[in-house]
Amino acid sequence: MTLVSGWGRFPVVDSDVLRPRSFAAVGEAVSAGTVARGNGRAYGDAAIGATRTVTMTGFDRVRSFDPATGRIRLEAGVLLSDLIDTFGSRGFLPFVVPGTRFVSVGGAIAADVHGKNHHCEGGFGRYVDSLLLRTGQGEVIEVSREQNSDAFFATVGGMGLTGIILEATMRLRRVETGWIRERVISASDLDAAMRALEAGDAATYSVAWIDCVARGRDLGRSLIYLGEHAGRGELAGGADAFPVGKESRLSVPVDLPSMALNRTSVRAFNELYYRMGARRAGGSHVVSLYPYFFPLDSVGAWNRIYGKRGFLQHQCVIPQAGARAVLGEILDCVARRGDASFLAVLKKLGQGDGILSFPLPGYTLALDFPVKGDILNFLDEIDRLVVAAGGRLYLAKDARQSRATFTAGYPALQRFNAIRKSLDPAGNIRSKLSQRLFDEV
Amino acid sequence: MTSRKSVLVLGGSSDIGRAAARAFAKAGYDVGLAGRDVATLEPDAADLRARYAIDVGLYKFDVLDTAAFAGFVSGLPALPDVVVSIVGLLGVQENAESDLAHATAIMRSNYEGPSLILGLFAEKFLGRGSGALVGVSSVAGDRGRASNYVYGSAKAGFSAFLSGLRARASRGGVHVVTVKPGFVRTKMTDGMKLIGPLTVEAPVVGDAILRAVENKTDVVYVSGKWRLVMLIIKTLPEAVFKKLKF
Repeated sequence: MTLVSGWGRFPVVDSDVLRPRSFAAVGEAVSAGTVARGNGRAYGDAAIGATRTVTMTGFDRVRSFDPATGRIRLEAGVLLSDLIDTFGSRGFLPFVVPGTRFVSVGGAIAADVHGKNHHCEGGFGRYVDSLLLRTGQGEVIEVSREQNSDAFFATVGGMGLTGIILEATMRLRRVETGWIRERVISASDLDAAMRALEAGDAATYSVAWIDCVARGRDLGRSLIYLGEHAGRGELAGGADAFPVGKESRLSVPVDLPSMALNRTSVRAFNELYYRMGARRAGGSHVVSLYPYFFPLDSVGAWNRIYGKRGFLQHQCVIPQAGARAVLGEILDCVARRGDASFLAVLKKLGQGDGILSFPLPGYTLALDFPVKGDILNFLDEIDRLVVAAGGRLYLAKDARQSRATFTAGYPALQRFNAIRKSLDPAGNIRSKLSQRLFDEV
Repeated sequence: MTSRKSVLVLGGSSDIGRAAARAFAKAGYDVGLAGRDVATLEPDAADLRARYAIDVGLYKFDVLDTAAFAGFVSGLPALPDVVVSIVGLLGVQENAESDLAHATAIMRSNYEGPSLILGLFAEKFLGRGSGALVGVSSVAGDRGRASNYVYGSAKAGFSAFLSGLRARASRGGVHVVTVKPGFVRTKMTDGMKLIGPLTVEAPVVGDAILRAVENKTDVVYVSGKWRLVMLIIKTLPEAVFKKLKF
């Protein structure tokens, strides 16, 4: 047994970890209580098997690629960073990238990850044409919108609970360059931020960094980042059409003491960040896709900033209609606490594609908290606000929501469970997350 | 054939072999992969073609079948610009202590075979007056240790062979690189206890091999920390060293 945790390093639990080298070995690895794991970037307990965790990153081959259509067939362990580095210079990028490029294709499908373009282009699963799935009862089946479509839509966003994704066929986006034309807008409060995001609907990419320490008149003050793929003509003379993704120079080598993050340091950081961003606001400029999409990837192991007890990310989505009031309430609670931290993100989402996909039309807010004190109780309070507004939490980030919160947020759960049962009558595929939220006890 | 440069990777199905092939392919080389079982190399060939739109050839090569070496070299469609030998066998030290066949397999796979085949390519390269030869040896060859001296002694022999070959071949325009990877997370080391800060992933070794060829480096410790570790290990007096259990 090995101690395993997600990116948030909470919880840390025992699981048998296997690294199969062939699809046959993947099959042999599946026993009661198994789930697949990609690059371990789910924050909580989604990619930890109830008893056994099957690491898929060894499956990193591209099977075929057609430059005429951008269609690619690949093994599930290929990382998006690898796809970007390999195919970017050939003029192709994934349609959807989350906030880190160090996720596997299988993981991106299982969480149906969203990017800064979800409001207009949908999630990762929208660009997946088909999957090779190893079900809990041992069948290896190809699933798509046409073939085994129930299994397809349950697997997209299904958190690995329909079986192990072995391969996928998906489409890449044709791009002229690896650069993004970015426009920064500063918003002095939550209303202004939401107005700017609404106005940013037409932009391909839009996201707001929100100062979750600011209170009163400044509550919800934000920097909104809009982006479009830059054409060759927009690049400064001499710039390569595709920028080089640098290895992260900075890294957090040790767990920082838990006191490193306190009200004062977090407040100072947020103040500085807002002021520096506001200074850039107004005009537009061209930036490399790496800092635009993956600002935190440039700091290796940034999860250690939160100390060895780990951290929790609370990411909810609130339906459009009631969003303003509830977001205000949540931000007010968080600002009073004062320990939510660097990465607070507000963004508009569109409709999700998978049965259990997280997105729904509305606003998503993501907040990080160190694991300490009464944080679990505090987040339960926030969850009540989310549920009352018809919202839900993102399973890929979750480590602690209650069954009641989960069930209320995902009305399609029964349908998902029925499909899962048909693919895995014995219930072999189980994760720590499914034990906590899905499985009959 | 294209006008691109080409690399031949012996031991193409190993993790380091795959990583080296990718590194060279990314840099625009056409790639030949050689291994015992050509069928197992097919997925990697498809991967390289899909990623980098290059030519990939597959060749059957068994490092223990030295009698076939001359035919292997002359049977290639063209003499490559670079040959990288990753082949080797870690084996099990305990078994090798009493099982002569196993010990022989380790010695032949890590010393005899790789040395002979690179020696053969060296002759061809010297005839042409250009080329680079890369031998993946091991830090284990820097000093024989109680826990793996059969493997280590074979790697020591290989390192010595490469060192001599380099001195000779450099006068003829042929460059020889010795790579000592240290701990690498691969199939070969699955299940072994590796020391985190001294361990690298296979792609790091692949990139290091490409860099060494391009920069004409002679001896590469993939992680600089190993140079220091092995310097200490090499300088320990024998009286102290023999008491150590590692």
